Amino acid sequence: MPSMRLNKRGFWIAALVVPPLAFVALFVVYPILSAFAYAFFEWRGLQRGDFAGFDNFAKVLFTEPYATWTRNAFAHNIIVFFALMVLQNGLGFILAYCLWRELPGVRIHRVAVFLPVVLSTIIVGFLWKLFLHPLFGVVNISLRGIGLGFLAQPWLGQNSTALAALILANAWHMVGFPTLVFLAGMQRIPSEMLDAVRMETQSEWVKISQIVWPLVAPSATIVFTLLFVGAFNWFELPYVMAGIDGSPFGSTDVLGLYFYRTAFGSVSSSTQDFGAGSALAVLLFLFIALVASIMTVRLRKREIEL
Amino acid sequence: MSAADQAYYDRRGLLATLGRDGLIQIILIANTVIMLAPIVIMVFSAFKTSNQIFQTPFAIPDFTAIGNLAKIWTETNFLRYLANSVVVTGLSMVLILVLGTMAAYAVARYEFFGASFILLFFLAGLTLPLKLAIIPLFILMRDLGILNNQLSLIIVYVAMGLPTTVFILTGFIRTLPSELEDAARMDGASELRIMWSIMLPLVRPAMVIAAIQNVVPIWNDFFFPLIFIQNDDLKTLPQGLTTFMGEYNTNFGVLFAGLTLSAAPIIIIYIVLSRQFINGMTSGAIK
Repeated sequence: MPSMRLNKRGFWIAALVVPPLAFVALFVVYPILSAFAYAFFEWRGLQRGDFAGFDNFAKVLFTEPYATWTRNAFAHNIIVFFALMVLQNGLGFILAYCLWRELPGVRIHRVAVFLPVVLSTIIVGFLWKLFLHPLFGVVNISLRGIGLGFLAQPWLGQNSTALAALILANAWHMVGFPTLVFLAGMQRIPSEMLDAVRMETQSEWVKISQIVWPLVAPSATIVFTLLFVGAFNWFELPYVMAGIDGSPFGSTDVLGLYFYRTAFGSVSSSTQDFGAGSALAVLLFLFIALVASIMTVRLRKREIEL
Repeated sequence: MSAADQAYYDRRGLLATLGRDGLIQIILIANTVIMLAPIVIMVFSAFKTSNQIFQTPFAIPDFTAIGNLAKIWTETNFLRYLANSVVVTGLSMVLILVLGTMAAYAVARYEFFGASFILLFFLAGLTLPLKLAIIPLFILMRDLGILNNQLSLIIVYVAMGLPTTVFILTGFIRTLPSELEDAARMDGASELRIMWSIMLPLVRPAMVIAAIQNVVPIWNDFFFPLIFIQNDDLKTLPQGLTTFMGEYNTNFGVLFAGLTLSAAPIIIIYIVLSRQFINGMTSGAIK
């Protein structure tokens, strides 16, 4: 009875596949599609109102004061992305190159560099907030201790340093991730290839720029793209260290905080605007998807098959 | 080139190598100090009074002075938050592994119409940041009546974790040989029995990787509890931390004690299982 067997088999496969599929459909696909739909409606609190066309988008992009807030937050995300590109991924590449030599103690160094990565952003944020306290923080105490008291500042309390302090805290937290991804990429380079270069030249620089860097391109593609997505979803660290308003004076405001304030209200205003919030989410989503795909395609082009 | 010249160049090569390795070692040691010092200072400060922290921030404290830790342990809801985190993370992980293995096993071991479409469906979930769908999720949870209920967190975490898990497991299950399976089928074993007793024991290494990749982000998550949970007794550890950090905002010793206790579970597990953690957490980024 082949048809009987087929039915039984079909039933078994469905029993395996349908529950997980239904779960992802209901709690991933449906919410994301709704996010797009919601942006085109008027909202009164939690109640959906009339169809509003592109009004919500026009509001966050062109109507003051929303337009200025959007531009301000977006500019900060761009700064965060480029600064972390240098600090986090650049340093990660250098550290990976150092670890790759497998000098004595490499295991301890590898475990240490990844330790902050496993900590919650909330713990990291509070820790650095305490360290950067103007009076009792260990950073300013140390500066005073070594006679550089004039450099002691309210790091998180002034426009000029607040965003930089957040970026540094983020780099400390996450640098281990690109480091170990690059390291894994380097460990896959065939040793014959390295020996061949060593015969040709003594220069480390030639070795890095001609061999190592091109051959870890697949790791670079992933690390760059993940950093881009992460930088434009940045929320927890500024939330803990700078507060929901991106204090002081919006100098640390990023799209994540701005989106949260718009959708769910803030300390100073409890108004919820799901329409404008959804429009922001859709714009951010499209921007991330577009740039991340362009990045991936362009970076993939320079990858070399081993 | 004479022998003397040769020796000179060799020595210079040796010196250059020593100098280079020395520089590398210095960079690595400096970096390790920068990575560990904040954590060591945090732990030290947990045993100090605010005054001691202010005057001698780097000094080794008296480790019997557990007053700060006791304050967090007894006067705040810390234990409740910790228990909540364990329950939410544990249930999420069980569901992710069960549902993920089911889908991955079906896609990897059976040929049927739509298998590649199903994989593509999960791939879509992999690339979409669920955070940006928080408004519809909030409304969905309200309609389901599970706002301010840990079920809402578990559901979101399972939804977040399923795509990566299906990917890791599908790739792995495809590499398993089919001889065992065919032999069992000849002997008349049911499909369920083949899956449960023959294939699943072989999948365990990949399940560990998938579990670690999901457990850290779930344990550390703050965003979804912030939106879904208001009741203090239901808060998870990262969210609870923001509550008691607010209460003691002038007592530095107690604040550091709170951070130390919150960080301790994952730091201890990481030190014991560092290889598995590093493999698991970077596995998504390494092809």
